[in-house]
Amino acid sequence: MNTVPDINGRFGKFGGRYVPETLMNALLELEEAYKHYSQDPEFQEELRYLLHKYSGRPTSLYYAERLSEHLGGAKIYLKREDLNHTGAHKINNALAQGLLAKRMGKKKVIAETGAGQHGVASATVAALLGLECKVLMGEEDMARQQLNVFRMRLLGTEVVPVTSGTRTLKDACNEALRYWVSNVNDTYYILGSATGPHPYPMMVRDFQRIIGDEARQQIITDEGRLPDYVVAAVGGGSNSIGIFYPFIEDEGVRLLGVEAAGRGVHTEEHAATMTKGREGVFQGSFSYVLQDEHGQVLPAYSISAGLDYPGIGPEHAYLRDSGRAQYVPITDAEALEGLQLLSRTEGIIPALESAHAIAQTMKLAPTLDKDQIIVVSLSGRGDKDVEAIMGYLGGENNESH
Amino acid sequence: MNRIDQTFARLRELGETALIPFVTVGDPDVGSTVEIIKQLEQSGADLVELGVPYSDPLADGPVIQRASERALKNNITMLDCIETAAQARQAGVQLPFILFTYFNPVLQFGIERFFELIRTKEISGLIIPDLPIEEDAEVRELAEASGIYLIPLVAPTSKDRIKRIASQAKGFVYCVSSLGVTGVRSDFHAGIDEFLATVREACDVPIAVGFGISSREHVERFSALCDGVVVGSAIVRQIEDALPLLGDGSKRETGLGQIGDFVKQLKG
Repeated sequence: MNTVPDINGRFGKFGGRYVPETLMNALLELEEAYKHYSQDPEFQEELRYLLHKYSGRPTSLYYAERLSEHLGGAKIYLKREDLNHTGAHKINNALAQGLLAKRMGKKKVIAETGAGQHGVASATVAALLGLECKVLMGEEDMARQQLNVFRMRLLGTEVVPVTSGTRTLKDACNEALRYWVSNVNDTYYILGSATGPHPYPMMVRDFQRIIGDEARQQIITDEGRLPDYVVAAVGGGSNSIGIFYPFIEDEGVRLLGVEAAGRGVHTEEHAATMTKGREGVFQGSFSYVLQDEHGQVLPAYSISAGLDYPGIGPEHAYLRDSGRAQYVPITDAEALEGLQLLSRTEGIIPALESAHAIAQTMKLAPTLDKDQIIVVSLSGRGDKDVEAIMGYLGGENNESH
Repeated sequence: MNRIDQTFARLRELGETALIPFVTVGDPDVGSTVEIIKQLEQSGADLVELGVPYSDPLADGPVIQRASERALKNNITMLDCIETAAQARQAGVQLPFILFTYFNPVLQFGIERFFELIRTKEISGLIIPDLPIEEDAEVRELAEASGIYLIPLVAPTSKDRIKRIASQAKGFVYCVSSLGVTGVRSDFHAGIDEFLATVREACDVPIAVGFGISSREHVERFSALCDGVVVGSAIVRQIEDALPLLGDGSKRETGLGQIGDFVKQLKG
């Protein structure tokens, strides 16, 4: 396996720890604890048990035959992270970090959330492990994702509205870091994506690599070979790094990250960090950032609350610069097409995030031969988005059907 | 000689604690900032922190965040901030200027270009709250080469990092009085006295306390334990309260006077 990050948390030149001094010791302690427990058989066994019995892993790798036939090219397999407890890959990381928090003697946890999936996963884990939990969420996202807000409250978590800045994921992350600075003595921050200061990008990758580890095994079992492509949506980049990582050394496997182009990369309303961003420091690490020439971070936009983030995990920046992975933008409209196509061909309503990966697959599959294989990370299910999707498609669906 | 050293040396002789107010440059506009700096000096400030407005100020509480937002609405850039310091100097201000900026604006400006420019513009010190010692090698080297002090922050949570940070400090060490972001608060970290004593022991430069200091009582509380106090949010709040006056030509002096009165009160 590759050896990034280095001891300073660097993936090549990306990564690092750009945080207020108040947090530095907490990050060093976390790194120490993670090193210890990642080697601790008892911790690993407890995590394995919960992932298996509580969350329902391994998730299936499903051959989407009707979708494949419809697109008329490669064979498309879906890694069904949507079948996890709480409906997305986020539970893998939340369970692991929750256990880590408990082992570190913390009784309180905080988390940030955009679409609410990480918030729900954290609230779920907090309930399961008896931890007090607060989730910081942008006011605008709270309005977009009311169902998930209610779900978190039902699980006993306090949802704290974030009113600063853009009132979305970016500011929820800022407020989570600020809250952590103030309460670092007794609070553990369950960071939800492969972003932030070291050791988070490494930890989240390691906790999410189970997606790729399973998928790699499963495709070899089913097809007797590795896939030609692995496709996954990228916001901060946790599900994508999770599925990419175990394939990195498999040179024949092309890794394709799909980012949100919102209303188009030619507009100002997108979250296409790789396509339109520049190198910079944002929320604790050096990576690509959507920013103006003065270094002010620009608001991101996407139909998907989980993807409208102006940064991206540092390991993705590294994979892109080394040429190991490619990153492409998909618009809101394309994502909605992907969502509808998967719903109608396979009976699976994907999360809007995952719909971006499906939309890219719609473009890619027809250009490939029938014996080629694409594995798509279906990172979450669409239940949380149904209301929002109804807002976008309601009228159209009434007319046409 | 760096103005920061001169100022602390002078205050030591007088037996005084340095009062270090913070203002966000361009809040509400550059012209006002220059006049506010003049007012701060006349009212007893000894050094001034000039905050570069930033979209994502991680270490700041709501008051300074709002000031940043107001300044950014006026499209205040790094260049404007540095020019503001030069303008204030031209207007006769003598106190040392410390630029307070997050790292990304420096990075986008170009680190080398940044140092070339500030060296010629009367900036004496630099505080970059999201640049811990692990990440500061390039900035430190350029700062040293240009005679500008990179002022480090230490926090009550720094523990055995205190020694490492304080021993290489130039200018002064900025001691964070409490966990959390900037902002007015009523209580300080429980072990603050011990913490300040530890920092004092670990360095041979002055130490200043900041975060949460908003009254004469606070200044008195800390003056025996340190060489300077930084007052950020409380001053920015005064400026915020004076905005309607500052924006009205006939009431501008009253607004500036209010800010000055607050500083005089703090200085005692």
